[in-house]
Amino acid sequence: MTNPLMSRRSLLGLAGLGAGAAVLGTAGCGGSSGPQGDDSKALIDIWCLQDPVQNRVQQAAVDRFNAGDAADAKLSTFINDAYQQKLGVAMGSEQRPDVFFNWGGGSIREYVRGDLLVDLTPTLDADAAFKGRFLPAVLEAGKIGAQYYGVPLRGMQPIILYYNKEVLGRVGAQPPTTWAETLTLVDRLKAESITPFALAGTQPWTLLMWIEYLADRIGGPAVFQRIADGDKTGWSDPAMIKALNEITALVDRGGFGTNWASVNYEAGGAGTIFAQGKAAMHLMGSWEYTNQVDQQPEFAQNGLGWTTFPVYEGGAGDPKAIVGNPTNYFSITKSSANVADATAFLKQEMASDAYVDDWIKAGDVPPITGLESRLSASPSPEFSAFVYGMVRDAPSFQLSWDQAVDQKYRDPMLTNLQKLFLGELDANGFASAMAAL
Amino acid sequence: MTPGAGGDRAPRPGAVYVLPAALFFAFFAVLPLVLVALLSFTEWTGIGDPRFIGTDNWTRLAGDPLVLTSTRTTLLLMLFAWAAQTALALPLGVWAAGRQRNRAVLSAIFFLPLLLSSAAIALMWKSMLDPNFGVAAVVGPWIGVPDGNLIGTPRGALICIIITVTWQFVPFHTLLYQGAARNIPAVLYDAARMDGANRWQSFLRVTLPQLRNTIVTSSVLMLVGSLTYFETILLLTGGGPGDSTYVLPFLMYQAAFERSEMGYAAAIATGLVLLGTLLSLAIVRFSGFSRMRSTLEGM
Repeated sequence: MTNPLMSRRSLLGLAGLGAGAAVLGTAGCGGSSGPQGDDSKALIDIWCLQDPVQNRVQQAAVDRFNAGDAADAKLSTFINDAYQQKLGVAMGSEQRPDVFFNWGGGSIREYVRGDLLVDLTPTLDADAAFKGRFLPAVLEAGKIGAQYYGVPLRGMQPIILYYNKEVLGRVGAQPPTTWAETLTLVDRLKAESITPFALAGTQPWTLLMWIEYLADRIGGPAVFQRIADGDKTGWSDPAMIKALNEITALVDRGGFGTNWASVNYEAGGAGTIFAQGKAAMHLMGSWEYTNQVDQQPEFAQNGLGWTTFPVYEGGAGDPKAIVGNPTNYFSITKSSANVADATAFLKQEMASDAYVDDWIKAGDVPPITGLESRLSASPSPEFSAFVYGMVRDAPSFQLSWDQAVDQKYRDPMLTNLQKLFLGELDANGFASAMAAL
Repeated sequence: MTPGAGGDRAPRPGAVYVLPAALFFAFFAVLPLVLVALLSFTEWTGIGDPRFIGTDNWTRLAGDPLVLTSTRTTLLLMLFAWAAQTALALPLGVWAAGRQRNRAVLSAIFFLPLLLSSAAIALMWKSMLDPNFGVAAVVGPWIGVPDGNLIGTPRGALICIIITVTWQFVPFHTLLYQGAARNIPAVLYDAARMDGANRWQSFLRVTLPQLRNTIVTSSVLMLVGSLTYFETILLLTGGGPGDSTYVLPFLMYQAAFERSEMGYAAAIATGLVLLGTLLSLAIVRFSGFSRMRSTLEGM
């Protein structure tokens, strides 16, 4: 779940060609932070993902900041998949941005280890009012070790269980609230030749959400946290094994139909199967809602339902706990000549009313406290309120595993998970393959 | 005129003529190659300075099960892609070498896939292979896969990649064969006909032998080229399902840009260069291409 806006996965096409270009490009135009315009002001180079909606909100923040006399900020935007590589290469050079967009967790751990990032803990601790504006679970998720290295920059993206109201109505069922109900529902839907859960199996990150939630419901957030902290034996934790076994059982039971391994996530894939009623439910990030509004507006309006992941009977995890992308973060590089100005930018804008309202208007739900009354300005107040309440009440918000683990474990984890779903590995095989890395 | 008779006395370009190209080659090809080879003896995340670790990356390479899987897949892909492309491109090229008008039009249409970028081709095939909304839903049942799960099984994914690259590259090789087939003197066919050869016999006894050098050239391009299939795999299957379509360039990409293991990626890259070089040398040596005999001998 690298991507906050998954429809942009289709831009992956550019990555194949862009990977090389991004690397070459960095050498020439990595840091564009030369003096520009008013020479007396410092220039802060801010790197972001390219996205028309996001960038409009971010540009407005930059404009407000530039209206003051402190420094000038400049937004540079990059296409998603090329971005991580470009960032990686830039961080290895002397051409680093001052402020950059990231996913927290594993996406910046290497940079923290290389002592490249500014520890924002003192800044946040010194200004309790600023720190207090962010929802704690989200701010916490941006920590590396005991320190804060990122400030939330946009909305929250928890994983939500979506359901097709019409399809569930047709079989006379309610969305499942417990795991046992889920399995019963799977059998009923199968009997009606409806795929219970849409799953875009060609993209292994879509499989991740299942194990994330199951491991959390069965064993609580500590089970995976151990692994994220570097203890690979955590993969053999009884709760983890149980969760992995549940997945195998669900696949064997036909929970995802038979051809899920050929289904794509991009337009015309899992989301469309779901919207057209060929599949009854879809476990996906909050961005799925935006995608449905965009691509199947009528379904989004009338047929789309959403709920939380079912409770696992006897599980140690809190049923209110969530997984997903708590948010995206802005971090500051240590080598920046303008750390003070960059910090001032984050403090002035990231929790400001104008910035937060812009996000709400764009359909995002920012991780800001006391937002309830303002969410009515959202284009979809009901959904926004659900997302907000879900995160506000969550005892923990676990970062998507592919972002939480060290980058070098990311691909093997996704590959092995795909093998588990395909039945090429069983739970113990998966655990030992992961421990062997 | 005997071949080469006047050539020796003709003014030859001196070594200095080759200097710009040689410098360019040294700077942009040889130097990076040497640097990558050096990098393969270091540990480097791309941040800070590379740390020399001796042959650790190479030891790891030798013991990495994924390298073994990827090499096997790379070789399988190479072999089957070569066979499929040659089996199509050769007859197509020979057919297209005819002079009728409709052939020119059809040849131009056949040529289209080559004009598309690999990324566009991969994405197009990807949506065609979708079991619910793609052609796979229609074609699947015909070939015994009722649920259209064509790209979702390890073997199916590999076959899909072979079909995709074949579709993409056959036009280019067809063009090579077309050019070569047009160069075959008509007098050879006339002679064959006078000897009583039918169409099939003249194809077998005249066309094929005359195309020998083209077959070698085309095969080298296909085989060495298949070592670089990357964007198709990245976009079509992402190496999956599981690790069933991992190939060496994909492994290298992942090591370098997704896991930030530049040293290890450099070792894989160096291995690939060695493999490619050995392969070209082997083909050239065993095909007799190095002797550069004229196919028009005896004329």
